[in-house]
Amino acid sequence: MKLITAIIKPGKFDDVKNALRAAGVKGMTVSEVSGVGRQGGHIEVYRGAEYPIDLIGKIKLEILAENKDVDSVINTIVKAASTGSIGDGKVWATPVDNVVRVRTGEKGEAAI
Amino acid sequence: MDEVVLSAGDTAWVLASSALVLLMTPGLAFFYGGMVRAKSALNMMMMSIITIGVVSILWVIYGFKIAFGYEADSPWYGSFSTSGLGDVVNELANNGGVYPIPLLAFAVFQLMFAIITPALISGAIADRTKFFSWAIFVAIWVTVVYFPVAHWVFAFGNKVGDTVTGAGYLASQGVQDFAGGTAVHINAGAAGLALAIVLGKRIGWQKSPMRPHSLPLVLLGASLLWFGWFGFNAGSALAANGIAALAFINTQVATGGAVIGWILTEKFRDGHPTTLGAASGAVAGLVAITPACAFVEPWAAAVIGILAGIACALAVGLKYKLGYDDSLDVVGVHLVGGIVGSLAIGFFGTSKILGLDGLFYGGGVELLGKQALGVALVMGYSFVMTLIIGFLIEKTIGFRVKSESELVGVDQAEHAESAYELGGVLKGGR
Repeated sequence: MKLITAIIKPGKFDDVKNALRAAGVKGMTVSEVSGVGRQGGHIEVYRGAEYPIDLIGKIKLEILAENKDVDSVINTIVKAASTGSIGDGKVWATPVDNVVRVRTGEKGEAAI
Repeated sequence: MDEVVLSAGDTAWVLASSALVLLMTPGLAFFYGGMVRAKSALNMMMMSIITIGVVSILWVIYGFKIAFGYEADSPWYGSFSTSGLGDVVNELANNGGVYPIPLLAFAVFQLMFAIITPALISGAIADRTKFFSWAIFVAIWVTVVYFPVAHWVFAFGNKVGDTVTGAGYLASQGVQDFAGGTAVHINAGAAGLALAIVLGKRIGWQKSPMRPHSLPLVLLGASLLWFGWFGFNAGSALAANGIAALAFINTQVATGGAVIGWILTEKFRDGHPTTLGAASGAVAGLVAITPACAFVEPWAAAVIGILAGIACALAVGLKYKLGYDDSLDVVGVHLVGGIVGSLAIGFFGTSKILGLDGLFYGGGVELLGKQALGVALVMGYSFVMTLIIGFLIEKTIGFRVKSESELVGVDQAEHAESAYELGGVLKGGR
C-alpha cells in the first residue's frame, strides 16, 4: 500500500478530481496549503511599499492506493494537473504499513 | 436691521449635512479597519467609535462654548462655561452674522467635525494602542487642541449690529478655511505625527509584512467618506444656496482628479494602479478641497485634486525614509493634503466668488501669506501639544500595549474579541 501525496495548483483541482473519479479512485483527502518551490513568490505593492509574498497557496491531495494502482493514479494526477508552466506542483508516494477502516475494523488493502 | 427669519430649507440642509458628516466617522472606521492586519481590525474601528461617544458628551458639557462661545471676547478660545444648549431652542445661529438656522443645528453640525478630527489621528497608531488610554487622549486632546483651534479658524464671532465679539484669531486675520483644511486635517495630521513618535514603531515594522487585510473594506470606507464629505463641505455653507452647490461640485471634481493623480503616480512609479491607491487618492482629494471648496472655480478644484493625488502618493513614502511608523499615513494624506489645499487658496482663490484674489487672479501674495500663517500656526500648536499630551499619557497610564499583546493582536488583548472566525472544524467554525 502507498500514500500518494500531490501538491497542485488550486485552479487545476477540479480537473484532477474529475480525472481521478473517472479513473475509479473512490477516496481522497484535500487540504489548502501554502508553500514555496521553484516558482518562488511574488511582490505586492501597498502605497508604494513592496511586500514580498514568499508562500503561494496550493492544494494538497492525499490518496491511499493499492500497490498495483499507484502508477496509474500518479499518471492520472500528473496529466490532469499539468499546465506546462512553473509551479504545477509535485506528486510522490510513500509506503504505508497498515490501514484500518474505523467502522468495520477491516485491515490492510481491504480497508482502502 | 431686518430681523432674520428661520429658513426651513437651510435648516433642513444643515441637519441633513450633520448626519452626513457623522457617517464619515464609521466610514473612517472601515477605511482604517481594512488597512490593518486582521488581528487588530476591531481595535482600529473601535478607536473611531469611542471618539463619537467621548466627544459628543464633552461637546454639550463645555466643548461648544470653548469653540464657539464669544463671552470671553478672546481670539484664542470661546468661553469656559457649560454649553447650556437647553436654553437656546429658539435662538438662531450667529457666527459673524445671523444665519436663518437654529443655533442647535449649527452646534450639532460642528459637533460632527469635532468627532472626526481626533478619529483621523488614530490611523497613525494602529495595531499597538491601549483602548482606554486612547479614550482619555481623545478627551484631553479635543479639550486643549481641537476646541480652541476650531475657535481660531471657524468662530467669526457674535455679530450684533456692527459689533463683533469673540472672533477667532485666524478667522479675523482673514485666513480662508471653508470646511477645515487647517482645523481638521492639518490639525489631525500634525497630531498623528506626534503620536507616531510617542508610541514608536510596531514590532517588526519594515521587517515583516503588514499588509491591509481587506481592501474591499478600505474601498467601502473611502466611499462612505466621499458620500459624507458632501455634508462636510457643502454643509459648511450653512445654507442651501449657490455656495453650497459650488462646494458640492468642487468636492466631486477634486476627488475625481485625485483618484487619477494617485493611480497615475503609482502606474509610473510602481507599475500597477492599485485599489488602495484609488481609495487613498479619493481621500487625499477630499482633504485638499476641504479648505478651498467655496473659494475656487471648478477647473481649479480639478487641478487642486490632481496635485493633491500626486503629492500625497509621493508623501506616503516619506515615513520609510524618516523612520516613523505613521501606520496608515495620517501625515501623508491629511497633513500633506491639508497643506496642499490650504496653500492652493493662495493661488486659485478668486473674489468672483468669496473672499480675496489669489496669485493667479492678480491678488499678489497677500492671501498666500495668510494661508501660510494658518498652516504654520495650527501645525505647530497641534504637534507640540499632542507630543506633550501623548508623553504624559505614556508616562502615567501607558499608551502602548505590552509586546505580547501586540503579537497576539490588540483585538484579543484589549477587547477579548476577534474580527473574523478564521478557524475550521477545531475552532468551532462549523
